[in-house]
Amino acid sequence: MKLDARSASVEFRRVSKAYGSVVAVRDVSFTVAAGTLVTLLGPSGCGKTTTLRLIAGLEMATSGQIFIGGDDVTRVPATDRDVSMVFQSYALFPHMTVLENVCYGLRVGGRPRDQALAAAREGLALLGLAGFDDRLPGELSGGQQQRVAVARALVLEPRVLLFDEPLSNLDAKLRRRVRQEIRDLQQKLALSVVYVTHDQEEALAVSDQIIVMDNAAIAQQGTPTELYRAPASRFVADFIGDANLVRGTLRRTDDRLADLRLGGLTLALAHRGIADGEVDVAIRPEAVRLRAADGAEAPLAGTILKAAYLGSHMEYTVGSLIGELFVVDGGVASPLAVGAKVSIAFDDHGVTVVGPDAGKREAT
Amino acid sequence: MDRVVVGWAAAGVIAYAFLPWYGIEDGLFSLGWLRGYPASRAAGSGLVQALFHGRVSLLPVALFLAAPLMIRTARAEARSWPLLAAGAGGAVWIAIQGFAVGGQPGIGVGALIVAAAFVMLFCLGLAARGAFNGDRFVSGGIGVVIALVVVFVFYPVGRVLVGALEDSSGAFAPGEFWSKLASREVWGLGCLVSSAGCGVAWNTLFLGVLVGLSTTALGLAFALIVTRTGFRAKKALRILTVLPIITPPFVIGLAVILLFGRAGAVTTFMEWAFGVPPTRWIYGLPGVWLAQVLAFTPIAFLVLIGVVEGISPSMEEAAQTLRADRWRTFWTVSLPLMRPGLANAFLLGFIESLADFGNPLVLGGNFQVLSISIFFAVVGAQHDRSRAAVLSIVLLVFTLGAFYAQRRWLGRRSYATVTGKGDSGLHPPLPALVRRLVYATALPWAAFTLVIYSMILFGGFVEAWGRDHRFSLRHYAAAFAVDVTDFGLHWKGAAWNSFWTTVEIAAVSAPLTAAVGLLTAYLLVRQRFRGKEAFEFGTMLSFAIPGTVIGISYILAFNTPPIELTGTGIILVICFVFRNMPVGVRAGIASMTQIDRSLDEASLTLGARSLTTIRRVILPLLRPAVVAALVFSFVRAMTAISAVIFLVSANYDMATSYIVGRVENGDYGLAIAYCSVLIAFMVFVVLLIQLLVGRRRLGRRGQAGVSLEGIPA
Repeated sequence: MKLDARSASVEFRRVSKAYGSVVAVRDVSFTVAAGTLVTLLGPSGCGKTTTLRLIAGLEMATSGQIFIGGDDVTRVPATDRDVSMVFQSYALFPHMTVLENVCYGLRVGGRPRDQALAAAREGLALLGLAGFDDRLPGELSGGQQQRVAVARALVLEPRVLLFDEPLSNLDAKLRRRVRQEIRDLQQKLALSVVYVTHDQEEALAVSDQIIVMDNAAIAQQGTPTELYRAPASRFVADFIGDANLVRGTLRRTDDRLADLRLGGLTLALAHRGIADGEVDVAIRPEAVRLRAADGAEAPLAGTILKAAYLGSHMEYTVGSLIGELFVVDGGVASPLAVGAKVSIAFDDHGVTVVGPDAGKREAT
Repeated sequence: MDRVVVGWAAAGVIAYAFLPWYGIEDGLFSLGWLRGYPASRAAGSGLVQALFHGRVSLLPVALFLAAPLMIRTARAEARSWPLLAAGAGGAVWIAIQGFAVGGQPGIGVGALIVAAAFVMLFCLGLAARGAFNGDRFVSGGIGVVIALVVVFVFYPVGRVLVGALEDSSGAFAPGEFWSKLASREVWGLGCLVSSAGCGVAWNTLFLGVLVGLSTTALGLAFALIVTRTGFRAKKALRILTVLPIITPPFVIGLAVILLFGRAGAVTTFMEWAFGVPPTRWIYGLPGVWLAQVLAFTPIAFLVLIGVVEGISPSMEEAAQTLRADRWRTFWTVSLPLMRPGLANAFLLGFIESLADFGNPLVLGGNFQVLSISIFFAVVGAQHDRSRAAVLSIVLLVFTLGAFYAQRRWLGRRSYATVTGKGDSGLHPPLPALVRRLVYATALPWAAFTLVIYSMILFGGFVEAWGRDHRFSLRHYAAAFAVDVTDFGLHWKGAAWNSFWTTVEIAAVSAPLTAAVGLLTAYLLVRQRFRGKEAFEFGTMLSFAIPGTVIGISYILAFNTPPIELTGTGIILVICFVFRNMPVGVRAGIASMTQIDRSLDEASLTLGARSLTTIRRVILPLLRPAVVAALVFSFVRAMTAISAVIFLVSANYDMATSYIVGRVENGDYGLAIAYCSVLIAFMVFVVLLIQLLVGRRRLGRRGQAGVSLEGIPA
């Protein structure tokens, strides 16, 4: 199967969707490049599924424009959008066999019966489901049903393939494997994929780009690395990975860098356009360096409040002048005891100043 | 250029230019009209009428039809305005022209197709603007359903309201309205102080309340027996619930006459044994009450089974662990939890009693109720349609008020406590006193019902009921004799004509009812659009309107142009479709909400149109609802009487009105024989439909747990 010629980009220009007075998506703009996998990530109710349904044409935008492959499809119904979707519930037709399910889109699209059957069998084989033709969906396991749903969407060679939380009905072990299968398939066939999830680990693992949504709007868009290294707001810092959110004092030193005072420590880092004064700071747990205090006065001192041994690493909760810090430490061989005095230091790339949340901006 | 738009516009143009604009006297299929075609005044098309017969007011129709064909732009949004303007303008123009210009015959096939084309063009315009997710099928479906409901429900009912303001000759006379409405015959309270009767309105209300209370009490007794006792023959009791569906309501009244009438079995026995002289006591309130309670108790039973079963046993178990004995548990927990269900059952019984026509007609005697007064105002010596309209408004206010109370007040107050979590508790047994009471009321009543139904089955086989009880096939022969002659079968029996008409009309209207009902259900369950509540109200309204009111409204609305249908079979079909549509809607809604919405959406994103989705995904999963809608509308069409009796004609006589006619002539033997044949035939058809439409394919392999929702989350 060769699909790369058909994969298309998706563009949102200032799209909003309101149900009466409730705004589900507010003034959202983004672009999904052809042949990439982009994740819509956020907590439930943030508008990510509505955004996906807007791409599919299952919802019509209240305002703004939607383009697929450069064509304005804002008013085009789902049937004519050439976009396929894998549903959270899989939505396999329970009265049709696996083969009939996969054939369905081809047949209603007017493909002759033998061609449709051949394409469907090829699609099923691609997903490792050869020989399941005559089963009914109710007779398959959750993982198999999921793959039938993918095959059914894929055989239409859609310009964009949409996934709505495809792994949420699978158990944890299977989830890891299936998400890798989806990613492999996407890369092999160079598909344009938009993928909705609320699981940040899943998003980091499969995406070319992640769009983090909060409160009906985009909080930040970027590659997994960008989002983890440089979260734009408290919300993103907290949502992607773990983060200690503390307050510090910022003073710019030049047009890029600034000094950040955290208790007695001063760090030099990028100010990212944030004004001088009291600021929010996100500190990744693995960027905190703890050293047993040897009597000398440390710039930032702390006390171990809790310690947990997790095999591959230690987790500590440390009380300090700037607040309680959650710390992940690889030093399993010589753990620190509860009550031990420590001096605290930070790795450069795990500390960032972050702006206020989109929702908060709205409120003020 | 858009193929669908061009298609509808072209259909409109062709119908306007070539098809007869007005209705053909002998019917379109008699083909006699072809003789004068195309130039004749009777069979001319809209264009011919406008150009050669001086009906200039039809010319603008051409303008509205041509407009959409002029559209050159490819942009959907720009295209929408001309479509909306042409569709709305054309439809409104046809309506105005039809009502305002006198001296025209009723509209015919040409006008019908042109009007349909305008409605569709308007809907296509809406879809082009992105309404209903840009889905043309949905937009068109909503447009068609609204247009049908407006023409066949709202317009006739509106016509009744207007009719009430006219005098008996049809002139506008609002002054008479109040005198008619406030007359002694309607509201008089003479019965309280003297032997004179009360007004029909009070009679109707009193009977309704009495029947409501009785059916609720009996229904509760039955429901308690079935759900809370160890009674052996529970299955047999459940059969009771099926009976009212296949029994024409007045049949009960007939059986009551056979038992308690002057020549009835019980009456003659009493005379023989105790010397009680036969009287006509059964004709009047007692008889009507008895027949209605017999007929409607199963409905209360059906409602209350659900309510009593719906109460979570854990509530009662909780009460018992809190030291309440069985008696206190029943009075303080079980019964209060059933209260909304009881109120619901009461209102249903009340409404059914108000709408009932057959039993008061057969048994009423001098006891007049509204539905009967309306009937006699139209067909009787008075022949006063405006009085019928005024009485209809009173009846309509009563029933709509009861429905409103039921929906508003009770709709949200359900204490059904089924939670979906496994509720494994046991209902406590009834307190002994309650159990005895329940047995003592329900079981004799069940036996009585059994007697009544055996009367119906066997009453037709005796020579003359009450006088000569020898076995005889005389009545069946009179009704259903068939001669084999040299020219084939000769349907000699007196009932064949009305029987075949009934079957034909029921067979035509059942699939139409199911189609319109399920389409409406699909739109209500699966689509979001503005004004959905109003849409739902409009489609359910006809359910709340008593048949008598529908009958009189159809006569008032469709007896004169522009829509002239009285005396045809079409009006009967239309009447059934819109009276029974709410049942189809309810059945469709109930099963469609169980089918996960993502199945439709999956089909849409796979490139299927809405129509394909309905055909290949929804309908196959909806088979039970299809069966229910088909069966119910067929059977209701065969058993209905109240609306039908206004609409039958010499050519189109229905079984029920024929039977009532026999009863009025005192020919009980033939009537009861005919009734048993009807009931047997309906059982046969119900089984046949079930066989034809078949079972759902899901269970093909017989494995358990195939969920309709794809996979449960």
